[in-house]
Order: sequence, then C-alpha cells, then structure tokens
Amino acid sequence: MRKILSGNEAIARGAFEAGCEVAAAYPGTPSTEILESITQYPEVKAEWSINEKVALELASGASYAGARSLAAMKHVGLNVAADPLFTLSYTGVQGGLVVVTADDPNLYSSQNEQDNRHYARAAKLPMLEPSDSEEARRFTALAFGLSEQYDCPVLLRSTTRISHGEGLVELEDRKPGPVTKKAVKDPAKYVMLPGYARPRHPLVEERMKKLKEFAENFPENKIEPGDPQIGIIASGVAYQYAREAFPHAGFLKLGMVWPLPEKLIRKFAQSVEKLYVVEELDPFLEENIRAMGLNPVGKEAFPITGELSPELVRTGVLGPSAAKKIEFDKTIPDRPPNLCAGCPHRGVFYALKKLRAFVCGDIGCYTLAAQPPLKALHTCLCMGAGIGQSFGMEKALGPGEKVVAVIGDSTFFHSGITPLIDIIYNQGKSTVIILDNLTTAMTGRQGHPGSGVSIYGRPAARISLEKLGEALGIRTVVIDPFEVAQVEKVLKEEMEDGVPSLVIARAPCVLIPEFKKMKKPAFAVSEDQCTGCKICLQLACPAISWVDKPDKEKKRKGYAQIDELSCTGCGICSQVCGDAAILREEKN
Amino acid sequence: MSAVTNVLMVGVGGQGIILASSILAEVAAESGLDVKKSEVHGMAQRGGAVSSHVRFGKKVYSPLIPAGEADILFGSELLETYRWLPYLKPEGRIIANLQRIDPPAVFRGEAKYPEGLADKLAQRDSGLIAFDALKEAVALGDARVATVMLAGALSARLEFEEALWLKKVRELVPKKAVEINLKAFQRGRMLAGLAA
Repeated sequence: MRKILSGNEAIARGAFEAGCEVAAAYPGTPSTEILESITQYPEVKAEWSINEKVALELASGASYAGARSLAAMKHVGLNVAADPLFTLSYTGVQGGLVVVTADDPNLYSSQNEQDNRHYARAAKLPMLEPSDSEEARRFTALAFGLSEQYDCPVLLRSTTRISHGEGLVELEDRKPGPVTKKAVKDPAKYVMLPGYARPRHPLVEERMKKLKEFAENFPENKIEPGDPQIGIIASGVAYQYAREAFPHAGFLKLGMVWPLPEKLIRKFAQSVEKLYVVEELDPFLEENIRAMGLNPVGKEAFPITGELSPELVRTGVLGPSAAKKIEFDKTIPDRPPNLCAGCPHRGVFYALKKLRAFVCGDIGCYTLAAQPPLKALHTCLCMGAGIGQSFGMEKALGPGEKVVAVIGDSTFFHSGITPLIDIIYNQGKSTVIILDNLTTAMTGRQGHPGSGVSIYGRPAARISLEKLGEALGIRTVVIDPFEVAQVEKVLKEEMEDGVPSLVIARAPCVLIPEFKKMKKPAFAVSEDQCTGCKICLQLACPAISWVDKPDKEKKRKGYAQIDELSCTGCGICSQVCGDAAILREEKN
Repeated sequence: MSAVTNVLMVGVGGQGIILASSILAEVAAESGLDVKKSEVHGMAQRGGAVSSHVRFGKKVYSPLIPAGEADILFGSELLETYRWLPYLKPEGRIIANLQRIDPPAVFRGEAKYPEGLADKLAQRDSGLIAFDALKEAVALGDARVATVMLAGALSARLEFEEALWLKKVRELVPKKAVEINLKAFQRGRMLAGLAA
C-alpha cells in the first residue's frame, strides 16, 4: 500500500515496521512529529521525555533489555544527549538502538545550523541519511538491524526538508525485533569503569573498520551511471536538488554518510571527468574525500551556509551566468511570526520593558519578545541558558543591576532546574521568572512534566513548580500575568530585594483547551476617547491595529481599533491605555 | 524541460494552506503520479507567512520548486501571493484570494499595505482567477472554508477528475464540516469557471 507521508511520519512508520518497542523524545522542530506520529502504533511505548539526554538514556536502557528502541531529537538536542551518546558507542546495545537527529539548515526554527554528521565521526558511530520519505522509512528499519549487527547505536540524520517534506511511501507490516528481552548482567560491557571501558575502545575501532567494509557493499551506497562529464557525490536532500539540476549526470548516492566507502568513492571518481561533492552545510564528505587524496569541487562552488536548492547546485556547477534572475519586491512589508492575541507572555514583557530590565531569555514562543516593538528579551543561547547567564551577569556587574531570567515552563523542566539550584547553592540574588503557559507551545503544544498531560493526551503526573521552589528553599511567588500593575510591582520588588526568587507567571496558552475557560468578552477602543498615543500598539497584539485618520480638532493622527474576533479579552491593552479609551465591549 | 507540474501555495499561518496542499498532493498521488510536498512548520505558526511547494509528475526529485518554475501560484492572501510572484513561470497561472491580512508593521501603523496588487497579478496572468474567498465563505455560512473554496478554483486549472477532488476533500476536512467544505469547493470551481 502506498501512502503520502512526511519524512517524520515515515521514520515513525519505519520504526514501527522494524518492531521498535520504546521511543522517546523531547519536542524540537523539525523532529517533533516523529514521536507524535509514533503514538498511533499501540505496540510502541512512547513518551515525551524531560529532555533529549533522558530520552536517549531511556532508549538505551530499553535497548540493554533487548527491545528495539528509538530516541529522536533536533540537531541541538543531540548536544544535550551527547554525553550518553559517546559512551553508548563503547557499551553497544542489545536491542537495536536508533538515534534520530533532525538538522535545520537555514535555521527555520533553531538557534544555529550545526551539521550533526560530525557527531557520527566524533562518537565513532554509523550514520544513515535518507533523501526522501520512502528512504526515511526504509533506512530507519535498516538502522535497527545494523545496530544489532555491529553492536552500536546507529544515527539517522534528517534535515528540515526531509522531515517536513512529504512523498509516497510503500507501507510494510510490522516484524518483531530478533533479540530476546532480558536484563543481562554483563559489567564488562555495561559498566564503563576505566578498567572495563579501556578494553571496549579497541572494539569500537575494530567495529568502525568492519563498518567501512560494510559500506563498500551497502546497497544504499550506489553508483547511478550517467554523463561522465559531471560526476556528483551527494546524500540526503542535496542528492534530490542535484538530480533536479542535472538529471543526466553520473551520481554516487550515499545512503550511509559515515563511515565512507573509500573504494567505491575511488571507483566513481575514476569513472567521471569532473568530480563534485554536493552537500548542505559543512564540507563533511568533501574533507573526508580529500583525505583520500582525491580533489573534488566542493565548497568553493556551493555555499557552506543555509540550505541548498536546485538553482544553487546548477550555478555551482555551471557558474553564476547560469543563474535565473529572480528578484523579489523588497519594498513590501514582511510577515514575521508574532505572539498571539491574548498570549500570557505579553504582560510580563511589557512590565520588564517598563522596568528597563536586562532580560536573559531562553527558547520558546517568548523568544519572539526580542523583536520590535517589545524588544524586551536580550539573550537567547540554548535551552536553559538564561538562568545561568543571569547569575553570571549578577557576578560580573555586582548588585543593583536589573538583570532577570525568563524561561518557559517546558524549557524550565528541560534544563532550567539545575542552574536554579546553582543560584541557590551559591547564594545568588537572581530573579527567575517562569512563563508558565502549561504547555510546550512553540513546537505545537506538547505535554511536559508540569502540564499533567502525556504524549497520548491522557492525564499524567503533574509536578508543581511552586512546591519545587519551596523544596529548594527559594522564595516562590505566583502571579497572574494579565494583572499588569501587579506584575510590575512584584518584579520590581523581587529584583531589588537582594534575595533569590522564583516568580511563576501562570496562565494558559491561548491555543490549549484550558484557555477556553479564560476567554472573556472582547475589548473595544472608544474612537472618541482615543488620543492616538499608540502605546497599546507597543504591545504588538495582532488584535490591535492603527487607523490613519488625522483629526485636527482632537489633535491626533489617527486612532487604534481592536478586532473583535481575534481579541480574547485579556485586558492588557486596557490597563496600559492612559486615556481609559479601551473598555470591554459589553460596557460600551 | 520536465513533465513535472509545480504548484506554489502561499498564505498566512492558520488559513489552511497545509490542508489545501494536502488535498492537491493526495489527488495527484491517487491519479498514479509521483508527488512531493514541502513546507516548513514551527515558527511559521503565530501569524507568520506560510508556503507549501507541491510537485507532481512521472518522477519528482527536488521537494522544492526551482525558482521561477512554478506553473501555478495559489495564494490565500493578497500580499503573500504578490510576494511570491517572481517564482511564477512567464506563462504561469495565478489563483488568488483578494482577502487582505495586515502584517504586523501594517497593523501597528508603521507601514502601509501596498495598493494595486490585484492589478499587478492580472498583468502577469490575463486569465487570473481572483475573488474574495473570505466574503464568499462567510456568505456560504463558514469563514473557515475559504481556502478549500480556493482549492476548488485551483481544480479548474488542473486536469484531475472532479470526483477525485471531492473524495479527497471529504477525507481530509474535519468530519463535522464535510458538507460545507464540499459546497465551498464547488463554489470555487464555479467562480473559476466564470473567471476563466
């Protein structure tokens, strides 16, 4: 049966078909839908883990017990999970263990565009790279087998265009994994004390040699003969772009990007007049091919940043004169994403801006508060970083500086707890604000330990942030983010009082069911009262817009208006309006 | 050069571009063609711009439409349709919603929504199919069916059987809203017939 699936759905399907029994992930674009999709298969026990490190550790435990297991994450998630990954390379597995890394060339929804193929080389693990949905399904199933055959985790690398691209997939039935499930006590394999780990390292090196031999005959590494004038080595979506640009060229398509099949690469290089390596991001294949003494055209012709496209491959090979002249009208306004109307984060950032605080931020919807006109978030490094950074700033600048950390609820569970403990232990004075909207909003509203909702949408244990704060011995205050004056007062006091504090600003994301109870009648601007001061527009609420209509008598250039349909009645604008011009509609 | 048809579908997050592009991809697949569809999720929500590339033919390689090679530009918002006009082939066709959604700089009064965009579209495609799908959808009884109505208009520009389109609309829209979506789809076909 054929079906259109996204790459992420196809990875989930491939895992299901291969008999995968345990799957774990923390949501992160572009990988999120792998686990969401796997929940449709009751044979697989899936969970949203607290972070990627835990997801991989959990999957490795299931693997040690003999179950085929999968951990999925975005590229930067593998940084978090790198610690278990590198030593899993030594311990190896029992049941097949597949680690999916979804890279994000062009940073559609990420803080960097790192190339995770380097992890395969650094951790000494094989890596497969599918070039469409069908391969995503097939390679995932192959990865489980390889993992058991070579006793190591196998990395499966996707990119945004593979994960979120859709194509036709051939569905197969599920086959159970071959390994008997049992907890095997084998300290020499599973207890990485130096004395046990030392003899594992030569086994790792031996394995990589064997995998190199395997790669030479791996059917997914294949020469596709064509016009010998242009010979292209490529993998993943870059292969598809190159094929589109040069349908008749000769290709060496690599389904496995580490380790590389040296003999096959030499054979292909000899068969073509000019050798090209087409790859997104770093010259990973290129440098390894150069180390073989070959001299392909690579990054001097194709960009190292951003994603590739058929045009970029075409002009890379044929020169800039082959470029199609496409000119966009740059005079028209952009349409960046925005905090939703009624978003509970808005009031907190308005207050922080008014207090002129330096805000160490984090990763989530609230990072959008860095944009004009709010401009109230001043750092964003990685998950959980803002808390440690605010403490570092406090140490560097001394007392009296208005530095705070803001972090989302899901991000706080992911990696905000440890830096908070660090502040308490080291007697810092920082103020940490948790923007608790009861969900992992940016990636599409997934549950987390504070939400009380599991990956299956069913009730789960709910961890109380305020009880956690109390247990840690930090002053903990819960505020309603829609009471702007109160938010400002509490934040001012907490920033000035010289003791550390945890402020929980709690109200549901407007996109989750809990919000329905919160929705109130819309507000409206009294056209007569409005002085046209535009202060409400500084909130960047999509429900509020400006009407250009100069009025000499009223001494104004226009007035604000509120879209009744998108207004959620949160009331922040009516609290910031100095002219009492914004009132609930029912009262008008 | 190739027998691949490229349809670029653009709009604003929440309008249903992903649904419309899924309907098209499913119709093409069920007709026995190879299909690829590509879009970016994540930040594209929250009222940001959304674009979906749909490509179908005997064999499709790139999931992205090469620049300047879109056969059809399908836009559910006027400014977004204009933004992507350079992606259209010289002989390409346009299906455009005349609905305007102000981007942030416009609703904050910092920039103006450009005027005369529909005329610019008509200069590129003399057989332009353009109507206010939101108004039409509201008249039909549900603002949410606007983009499916545009898909109906799109169906008039492609050679797939109407029954297949209706089948896929039925399968892909929410169960409770099948009838109104089918009505909207057919209204779109009719409006395209009048405009063609």
